[in-house]
Amino acid sequence: MQNVYLAIVLAPLIGAIIAGLFGVSRRVAHTVTIAGVGIAFLLSLFAFKEVVFGGHTFNQTIYTWLVSSGIRFEIGFMVDSLTVMMMVVVTFVSWMVHIYTIGYMHDDPGYQRFFSYISLFTFAMLMLVMSNNFLQLFFGWEAVGLVSYLLIGFWFTKDTAVYANLKAFLVNRVGDFGFLLGIAMVLMYTNSLNYSEVFSHVEHIKDMTVQILPNTEWSLMTVMCILLFIGAMGKSAQVPLHVWLPDSMEGPTPISALIHAATMVTAGIFMVARMSPLFELSETALSFVLVIGAITALFMGFLGIVQNDIKRVVAYSTLSQLGYMTVALGASAYTAGIFHLMTHAFFKALLFLGAGSVIIAMHHEQDIRKMGGLRKYLPITYWTGLIGSLALIGFPGFAGFFSKDAIIEAVHHAHELGRAGSGFAYYAVLSGVFITALYSFRMFFLVFHGKERMDEHTKHHLHEPPAVVTFPLIMLAIPSLLIGAFAIEPMLFGDFFKNVIFIEHAHNAFHAEHWHGIVGMITDSFAHPPVWLALSGVAVAYYLYLINPALPESIKQRFSAVHSILMNKYGFDQFNEWFFAGGARGVGGLLWKFGDVKVIDGVMVNGSAQAVHGVALIMRHVQTGLLYHYAFAMIIGLALLLGVFVIL
Amino acid sequence: MFADLPLLSLLIWLPILGGFWVLAVGRNDSSAPVARAVALLVSIVTFVLSLPLFFAFDSSTAAMQFSEKLAWIPNFHIYYSLGVDGFSMPLIVLTSFMTILVILAGWEVIQYKVAQYMAAFLIMEGLMIGVFAALDAILFYVLWEAMLVPMFIIIGVWGGQRRVYATIKFFLYTFLGSVFMLIALLYLYSVSNSFDILAYHKQALPMNVQVWIFFAFLVAFAVKVPMWPVHTWLPDAHVEAPTGGSVILAAIMLKLGAYGFLRFSLPITPDASHALEGMMITLSLIAVVYIGFVALAQQDMKKLIAYSSISHMGFVTLGFFTTYMITAHSNPASAAMAVEGGMVQMVSHGFISGALFLCVGVLYDRMHSRQIGDYGGVANTMPRFAMFAVFFGMANSGLPGTSGFVGEFLVILSSFKANFWIAFLAATTLILGAAYTLWMVKRVIFGKIANDHVKELTDIGARETLILTILAVTVLAFGIYPAPLLDVMHTTVQHLLEHISHTKVL
Repeated sequence: MQNVYLAIVLAPLIGAIIAGLFGVSRRVAHTVTIAGVGIAFLLSLFAFKEVVFGGHTFNQTIYTWLVSSGIRFEIGFMVDSLTVMMMVVVTFVSWMVHIYTIGYMHDDPGYQRFFSYISLFTFAMLMLVMSNNFLQLFFGWEAVGLVSYLLIGFWFTKDTAVYANLKAFLVNRVGDFGFLLGIAMVLMYTNSLNYSEVFSHVEHIKDMTVQILPNTEWSLMTVMCILLFIGAMGKSAQVPLHVWLPDSMEGPTPISALIHAATMVTAGIFMVARMSPLFELSETALSFVLVIGAITALFMGFLGIVQNDIKRVVAYSTLSQLGYMTVALGASAYTAGIFHLMTHAFFKALLFLGAGSVIIAMHHEQDIRKMGGLRKYLPITYWTGLIGSLALIGFPGFAGFFSKDAIIEAVHHAHELGRAGSGFAYYAVLSGVFITALYSFRMFFLVFHGKERMDEHTKHHLHEPPAVVTFPLIMLAIPSLLIGAFAIEPMLFGDFFKNVIFIEHAHNAFHAEHWHGIVGMITDSFAHPPVWLALSGVAVAYYLYLINPALPESIKQRFSAVHSILMNKYGFDQFNEWFFAGGARGVGGLLWKFGDVKVIDGVMVNGSAQAVHGVALIMRHVQTGLLYHYAFAMIIGLALLLGVFVIL
Repeated sequence: MFADLPLLSLLIWLPILGGFWVLAVGRNDSSAPVARAVALLVSIVTFVLSLPLFFAFDSSTAAMQFSEKLAWIPNFHIYYSLGVDGFSMPLIVLTSFMTILVILAGWEVIQYKVAQYMAAFLIMEGLMIGVFAALDAILFYVLWEAMLVPMFIIIGVWGGQRRVYATIKFFLYTFLGSVFMLIALLYLYSVSNSFDILAYHKQALPMNVQVWIFFAFLVAFAVKVPMWPVHTWLPDAHVEAPTGGSVILAAIMLKLGAYGFLRFSLPITPDASHALEGMMITLSLIAVVYIGFVALAQQDMKKLIAYSSISHMGFVTLGFFTTYMITAHSNPASAAMAVEGGMVQMVSHGFISGALFLCVGVLYDRMHSRQIGDYGGVANTMPRFAMFAVFFGMANSGLPGTSGFVGEFLVILSSFKANFWIAFLAATTLILGAAYTLWMVKRVIFGKIANDHVKELTDIGARETLILTILAVTVLAFGIYPAPLLDVMHTTVQHLLEHISHTKVL
């Protein structure tokens, strides 16, 4: 199987190299990359069969990267059910996005470059999920960050794009800063970076404490897990490191779907789930995760309501959904988090690609206030968009319903266990359901229903984009509709993740005896608030944006203070720009102008040169060139010397 | 088969004599093509001859290899004594490798006194290899000082407008530093009656003497590395130096200082090194953090890269001097990662900073400006160049998969074992390094075409592409598979750690 796994990883890489470095034609570029990712997808399906049905998990070293202090740093694959599920999701969405790109980037001069980047991304993401150690994880982690940087700034003449990509990279680096320290801590206490060795060693260190600040004793596991989680906060855009994700929408839409919705941003969720044997050992860290996730889920959802850019609405929805996944992790429901990750990957990729389809049809207009009534022009986009939106709000039977309900259930369970922060988290995720439905259907109604608000020229040219665009929409709509119902039983209640994700028995919210089948779950749901919250969100959106469109405007007037807080995104950007970016530049300038130029060069270097000069000026008076001065000096000197001898 | 050849002598004298040969054939600028060809030939032959050092190196021993020893001034026990171990060997290969690229980089750009330019680099190559290979203190010192002369000439003749200020600053700084080293070496001679560096390693010394010697060495090496606060000559020297000079300065000359710590300070004064580790770690962290911030404020690309170099070299000294704190918690072997991380960082920094200076050189050759503000949107007119610039920018930010990651990674991992806060401060480079490098990339490479000069830029030609490709491949290769580089130094590092764990105070 090693060769199969190598092929899965290398096929997209080879495609990327050919498309990117050899100056090939457009046709060759998309053919090789689509073939490469296609191979990776098909082989991933084969691997899925081997692992899930054949029970053949794989954990082997490919090569030794280096050895130092007796510790082997290796590149290797660990393929178990979690990995293989991620592999299938990543390669499938990536494949669809590749096909979609043929249509979306049709007129772009950077066509080959784009294909090269997205294939390179697929390679990096596969390296990340298939890793069996922290080193390779970190490699994949940074490599997806690199490609994200390149793709956000793909249109590099756009100032906003190159601002956004730098911001994305730096904010992610803040997360990586914590992540790297976490990895260093893992290495220090377990003497290994290999997952299975670390997990088996963790038994010996779980009760240790560390002293980071004087006179404090902190649990080792808590510090380690929080450091690792800071990495996840960067990559999976959790408050306060979320600020890069909305700006990342400056990149072309296909990558928003692939990287900034379906796959890369879920790397943090994946990582924490992978590290479940560590996180389970620290309730404090889990509470931290829970609270951060809940804040993200709720407060980022609010921002979705006031956005008018179609992609930004979806972006805030992504932030909020990532918050849900994080909440699940914090509630020890790693499986539910991963389950939501999977369903979300499909329906959010679908929504983004649908948004892209709208954007193409609207000639790159992204303001939803200038849309409306697109249903009749874009039927496929409309219906697939509806499926995606229903999945997102958790409409009973759709994929998102199962995963979101599971998360809410898990938080409820955590609350019963008394995990700190779970009370807040529970109400946050509940309110989030309403908010999600409200902003999703606000956008949906504004885009597809109601008055046609675009100009005549645009309207005249409105038509459904070509099949390369609509085909991926349909292909993604299918799992958005069905995957939840199929996967919930094995993933949450069955033993799909047995021996892969570790949950303390008491922490587990999902026991097989509580499973009453899909139909049971759907009928059951009507007795609980989430479904009603979702439906009322849709109803409110319907009323506000179709029945009484004047009302939102007057609400905006009435609550202008709230509105301006939301429009300013709680002021995170202004604060970061002022405090961190401005502060760093200021400190840099000060240290340079004052420390280096004034003190070191001015006083110490040139100062000592001047001192030498000054001494020399005085000393040269001694060398007068007059013989009697020298003779006099000699006599005085001789007298002094004699005097010294006499006294001694 | 190489055992019989005096390989190290060849590596020293071939480029030096080759340099004179270039001078002889290229006495006026009309014969420049011949001078270039000869220089390239000599540099390539030197590089090829340096390869056996790597491939025939016995990595199972810490003893000196490829040794040569001839009496030089027997009355004073001064020998022409050469040899390499796992520390010096990679640096010698690095030197011979980078010299080829520097010769190529100056190919069309230098039109004034071509032969002299090429010869200066070849002679310097020989001298630098000599410094790395020297096992006799006087030989080391002579070569160390001699090395200043070609660099002085390179900056002084082919440099920019303020070259005189820069050369004098450079010369005085480094010269002043090495005078103290000479005093230390003479003192060691007076107690051991020998100039054998390896004998000094075994020489017992009382603590107060060790401290004096440590500081004498420190002045010499800290200036070269350079460490804060004796670093301000470097940005000035880089700014005024021609591209090739900057490359050699950053890629090789800075390494001499760090090498000095491994060859002299740590093994000769282990107890003083231990006692003063706090100071050394502090200075290293200042280099990483303080200089990182200073780099952020730079408007001149070369200055920015120069400050970035200082910051990256901070990792080297950090790795070397955290060893005692790491071994305090566990066995000496556990500190190997720190020293090896520092060594890898040295080699990697040679490639990456060299590449970055070459990139600036490419732009400077076209627009005669180093100011970031004069650029913008270069990617529009120089897409191929932009690809390399972004790549090396990422390598400079320590992206995994490039060699820039390996050293920083190992040093951060091991410094965590010393103390959480040391690792914390060191890891800020993840943010700072990316910030200053990528912000520069953004302002220079990305965006709309800033002005008419940028609009008229032509993309890099075959020669420039070749140079940058070689470096890019090397940076990637060591990022993806650094094991061979570490394997040659394990035993040497082990030996050093073993050696410094024993006190010399009687």
